[in-house]
Amino acid sequence: MTELAQDKMTTLREFMAEVAQREYSESYLIAVLHKAQELFGYLPREVMDVVAEGLEIPTAHIWGVATFYHYFNLEPIGRHVVSVCMGTACYVKGANRVLDALKRELAVEVGQTTDDRLFTLQEARCLGACGIAPVIMIDDKIYGELDSEKVIEIIRQHRRL
Amino acid sequence: MDDLKKGMEVTEAKFKLTLCDGTACIHKHSKELLLAVESELDKHGLRQAVKINLSGCLGMCKDGPILIVNPGFVMYGGVRVEDVPEIVQSHLVDNKAVTRLIISPDYLYNRFFRVFGDVDFFGRQMRICLRNCGIIDPENIDDYLALRGYEALAKALEMMTPQEVVDEVKKSGLRGRGGAGFSTGLKWEFTAKQVSDRKYVICNADEGDPGAFMDRSAIEGDPHTVLEGMIIAGYAIGASKGVVYIRAEYPLAIKRLEKAIAAAREHNLLGSGILGSNFDFDIEIRLGAGAFVCGEETALIHSIEGSRGMPRPRPPYPSVSGLFGKPTLINNVETWANIPVILLDGADWFSSIGTETSKGTKVFALAGKVHNTGLVEVPMGTTLREIIYDIGGGIPKGKMFKAVQTGGPSGGCLPEQYLDTQIDYESLAKAGSIMGSGGMIVIDEDACMVSLARFFIEFTQDESCGKCTPCREGTKRMYDILTRITEGKGRPGDIELLERLGGMIKRASLCGLGQSAPNPVLSTIKNFREEYEEHIHAKTCRAGQCTAMLSFTVNEKCIGCGACKRVCPVAAVEGARREKHRILPDKCIRCGQCYEACKFDAITRA
Repeated sequence: MTELAQDKMTTLREFMAEVAQREYSESYLIAVLHKAQELFGYLPREVMDVVAEGLEIPTAHIWGVATFYHYFNLEPIGRHVVSVCMGTACYVKGANRVLDALKRELAVEVGQTTDDRLFTLQEARCLGACGIAPVIMIDDKIYGELDSEKVIEIIRQHRRL
Repeated sequence: MDDLKKGMEVTEAKFKLTLCDGTACIHKHSKELLLAVESELDKHGLRQAVKINLSGCLGMCKDGPILIVNPGFVMYGGVRVEDVPEIVQSHLVDNKAVTRLIISPDYLYNRFFRVFGDVDFFGRQMRICLRNCGIIDPENIDDYLALRGYEALAKALEMMTPQEVVDEVKKSGLRGRGGAGFSTGLKWEFTAKQVSDRKYVICNADEGDPGAFMDRSAIEGDPHTVLEGMIIAGYAIGASKGVVYIRAEYPLAIKRLEKAIAAAREHNLLGSGILGSNFDFDIEIRLGAGAFVCGEETALIHSIEGSRGMPRPRPPYPSVSGLFGKPTLINNVETWANIPVILLDGADWFSSIGTETSKGTKVFALAGKVHNTGLVEVPMGTTLREIIYDIGGGIPKGKMFKAVQTGGPSGGCLPEQYLDTQIDYESLAKAGSIMGSGGMIVIDEDACMVSLARFFIEFTQDESCGKCTPCREGTKRMYDILTRITEGKGRPGDIELLERLGGMIKRASLCGLGQSAPNPVLSTIKNFREEYEEHIHAKTCRAGQCTAMLSFTVNEKCIGCGACKRVCPVAAVEGARREKHRILPDKCIRCGQCYEACKFDAITRA
């Protein structure tokens, strides 16, 4: 394990130690997984083992929880996460065409990461920005009122970053 | 209460600027605008004379970014950084409004401001739940306090017994705004009656319906209202702990809630001995992790407990055995936001609004093919037509109205003949849809109803937790059938099969997700059966959305500009410049991009 990864493990262990003091500490599993994903970008198997030790919960249970929720990634993700909103308002305003354009531009399917590890393409439920549909979110930023041309331009801008 | 207000900052600024800080306006560069305004004020030495406020979403996303100058409620829309010097010079220095940037608020907006300008309510909108959104700075507790914030809590603690609080909520006729519409007062009463060493209050902010964003906007715009409602409930039912369960996908709402909770603790509105009473209460935030089914109350409780969010049979209801096995009161964000108003203005006033069975107002997230998209809060009993045409401004580009979808993936699609339905829980159910949490998507003639039904089933199929076979397998089969219909491979008898399957899933599923999952399919079959029949028998899609049934050809209007050739992703267009092009049918994947790119109507879609 690299030094950086070890630092992250330490941060995670400290977080769990703090949580363990609280009442019903096992109920903080999802919070701990959020923390782990924030640190590592995804939930590798070895991190789940560390969480299992820290919270004294079987890894099987943790695996069950991590796979149940869409928010958790079990595979490494790219530098930028591109989430295409597939909510109803976006759907009605052509989210499918935006998604198709992204698939072609990035040459990946939904859930996959580009070979250069720059982009991960995801479908999002509703990003709650229905007023400017169709929208995508790249990392934490929302881009709205898109069409297939605009979205490709946005991706190209990110490539140049 | 008076002590609390003593510490408030009093503004003596000459002008007050309000800049909308909602997601849509941020997207339209409101942050850059703020910087520009600040530096321009510095240039004129006006920094002290002008107070700048950031507000939550004003619900006017179409005209963003929005800048409001007070006094006078002058509202500028579509403001660009280049416009800032002119606004500052002309409006703030010379006292002349910049007319070219003033947006004439025809629909949503002017009512919104008449409501707040005169502290009275006119027009078709009426803001109870969203009363402070856009008016106060959501990150400043003083702003909330100035508008009678936490007064309802003080009133409850000082002048009312817990039973009286429960009675008042019961009398108001308030019903759960999360979807099912159960009486809020009864829920409170059941939980209050339980004897237990500990009880919990939960705010359900796991807003999952695609196309609904009112809970997010309510929290982003006015987080303290939700907290105040929860604290009052804690006092009324005898709970000492509250939990807000909120989607991890809403980072801004989470941040503002955290800030609000910290500020409330500082002001002794949370913690022990609240406002000098002997009542203790505290609130913590728990994040969801992207599972639609967690909006169901028993699934939500499992998720807070750190498990897979799967529902369980009821009874026992959470009011008897909820979080960690203790009596638990769960209400939705919008429901909580109504509580302070009910206590301050009285149950009698509140129940005077609305219809026989449904009291108060309802917030809708109006989106889709409608001019004014955004949040709309209207009294119960307003008609769909009033919302879509009077407030929403009708359908853009002269297109025909086709249907309105309410209630998200649990709801249904209502065609034209239901437009005069007065909105309340019962009438929407009777028309074949549901109130749901308040998503309202307008659909025009360009949408194919079969594809839309397939879209919703795809969603519920993916979000089904897998516990009940009818929901897990049944929605998958419905999805398969709908897919084959949209691909032009539909078989006679498919419609009847969908109806039978849908009825079975509804009857045999445990929770609301499964019980309502077939609704979008059944309601589109009921109201748009002819479209299903066309897909199956004639293999055509009148909306031109089911591309598998389409063919694209170039007609004689082609001037050979090459626009179609450039956008074609599979190089299926051939032809020399300035000569008529040709689409190779074998290569064409029917994506329709050439059709959209052509400016000369030279591509025929059939």
